[in-house]
Amino acid sequence: MLSEFAFVGVLVIFATLLPVAGLAVAWLIRPKKPNPIKQSTYECGIEARGETWVQFRACYYIFALLFVVFDVEAAFLLPWAVAYQQLALYAVIEAIIFVAILAYALIYAWRKGALRWI
Amino acid sequence: MTIEHAVQIFAFIILTLMTLGGGLAVVTSRNLFHAALFLVLSLAGAMGYYVLLDAGFLAIVQLLIYIGAISVLILFAIMLTRGLMMSGQVQRNEQWWIAALVVFLIFVVLVVTLWQTTWPIAEAEALRTPNVAIAQLGAALVGPYAIPFEVISLLLLVALVGAIVLAREEGNQPAQADAETGE
Amino acid sequence: MEALINWLVTTFPPLSEGLARFIVYVLYSAVLAFVAPVIIVVGYTYMERKVLARIQDRIGPNRAGPLGLFQGLADAIKMLTKEDVTPVCADRVVFNLAPILATMAAILVFAVLPVAPGVIGADLQAGILYVVAVGALGEVAALMAGWSSRNKFALLGAFRAVAQLIAYEIPIVLAILVVVMAAGSMQMSVIVAAQDVPFGLVLPVAFLIFLVASIAEIGRSPFDLIEAESEIVAGFHTEYSGMKFAFFFIGEYMHLFASAGIATTLFLGGWRGPFAGPDSWFGVLLGFIYFVIKTTAVIWVMMWVRGTLFRIRIDHLLDFAWKFLVPLGLILVVTVAVALKLPVIGASSSRWVALLAANLAAALLMMLSVSVLARRSRSAALREVAGVE
Repeated sequence: MLSEFAFVGVLVIFATLLPVAGLAVAWLIRPKKPNPIKQSTYECGIEARGETWVQFRACYYIFALLFVVFDVEAAFLLPWAVAYQQLALYAVIEAIIFVAILAYALIYAWRKGALRWI
Repeated sequence: MTIEHAVQIFAFIILTLMTLGGGLAVVTSRNLFHAALFLVLSLAGAMGYYVLLDAGFLAIVQLLIYIGAISVLILFAIMLTRGLMMSGQVQRNEQWWIAALVVFLIFVVLVVTLWQTTWPIAEAEALRTPNVAIAQLGAALVGPYAIPFEVISLLLLVALVGAIVLAREEGNQPAQADAETGE
Repeated sequence: MEALINWLVTTFPPLSEGLARFIVYVLYSAVLAFVAPVIIVVGYTYMERKVLARIQDRIGPNRAGPLGLFQGLADAIKMLTKEDVTPVCADRVVFNLAPILATMAAILVFAVLPVAPGVIGADLQAGILYVVAVGALGEVAALMAGWSSRNKFALLGAFRAVAQLIAYEIPIVLAILVVVMAAGSMQMSVIVAAQDVPFGLVLPVAFLIFLVASIAEIGRSPFDLIEAESEIVAGFHTEYSGMKFAFFFIGEYMHLFASAGIATTLFLGGWRGPFAGPDSWFGVLLGFIYFVIKTTAVIWVMMWVRGTLFRIRIDHLLDFAWKFLVPLGLILVVTVAVALKLPVIGASSSRWVALLAANLAAALLMMLSVSVLARRSRSAALREVAGVE
């Protein structure tokens, strides 16, 4: 198993080399003519005003939290799915309870209006 | 020393630099966003440790959940902070030497405890058979560890309900205004 | 991989097994990281422009070379020679790292693709989970790009992009869960070997969920709100120009091929086909050809969808994920889990029938509940409008 991850490690190195090499080639070839107007932040063609921040809305955070919950659920269901073919029916019942509790979490979020992107 | 040993030790050194260096950078960085990115680096180092310990499934779960979900959550929370763009103040105050002393004492206690414990070594052969390790984990989740398995789902439910309740309390005003204009 | 390593060791006696393995790894990584992106991006951008053009009743690129075949090369030269305009107050380090991370995440998926019998970079035990996990790296790259640009639109675009990406990752994982249940393992080679009948035929609902969610994960139309010009300029890569923008683009097309490759492996049987097998060079080559043909067919379907459907609004997009695909995925997991453990299932052929029946039952259940809920909300809305208490 270690040798397989060694391949992933080698691929990480090569996968980082490609963009670096591409950017280096581009840095050599491209024109460099900076001026202040080109380098100002783009705001649909007008002058940029104010700080760069976005209004805090709880919906961003709730979606991310819901994703964490379901991600952890998936991480627990996957070993169960691998062992599924050797397990008996009671294992299925336990997994159904697990899924049902988390499905209730989704329904709760839905009913309380937490899934609205407004 | 075989090539395999050398590669493993080299990888261990690199991973330690990543994890510890990343952790150090998180607490000393002046820019909050950079601190979050160094946290991602540190978690990636921890993922490498799982690989070195022959726990491939755990390494990928670490990547999926810690770097993919929890780091995104932390980054969301940080990016929605106003005034993030300004470089923040140094993360120290005048009592830092007391904190350093306490931390050093805790470190000594931990090292002594870890040194004196005899750690049981698992039989590595079972881990290398394809799919046996993950299948055993799955069977254990519905066998001896069934109660913790169900309690985890309850824990996740409670966390989500808590977050939604907290978010609704703060966002109560707009909801009421909508209700009034809607009627 | 093992066969190639053994061949190297036997042909060149001074090579040890570790060194031969290292050489094979380096060669295959170089092919995956340097040759595959060029071929995939040049080939599939040309194919996309031609396919979209024919759907829209026009010809497509036909100037750069015969039949417009050199269009990809022309685009590459253009990207290389464009000036790289960096905003003056952008965070330089993170700004430059973001496209590198995005491309790296896209290339890393190829490590577990079984492109031919016996040719797989890393046959990880948790291979299919690795694919989903590496997709999560792309989200961090999007956030880095959006934040370091110091641009309101880029920041907003980054939030929307990540909200869309994380919303559609759960249906993908649920569809994968069903395949893992049917195959009994997360290893890609075992999943391919378990498909005497392609899983796409017996698990149609899982296939559809995976396909739709993959299109949304890549960020293609009809889910391309995050990069559509009329919506948010260019989303999180507004301030990127030249080669850095090109690398986001390359990352998107690599992700497209990788997603189609995963769909082929999970649902269409991967490299399986008549006479394809790991025993001879000809069988391996034939398997690779089958894999490429099936992947191109899936990509063609994705391009067809792009040319046909209109763009979906952000709240509809998120509703579709959380309120339709995730419940459908959960119902599917439960029905398949119950169906395969029913006492009547014994022989292998009845397993396929049971899987198919479970899929259809899940789809039916979902459509019934959707129609009931829709009727209820429609009558509630009608009552509001008509003013009836």
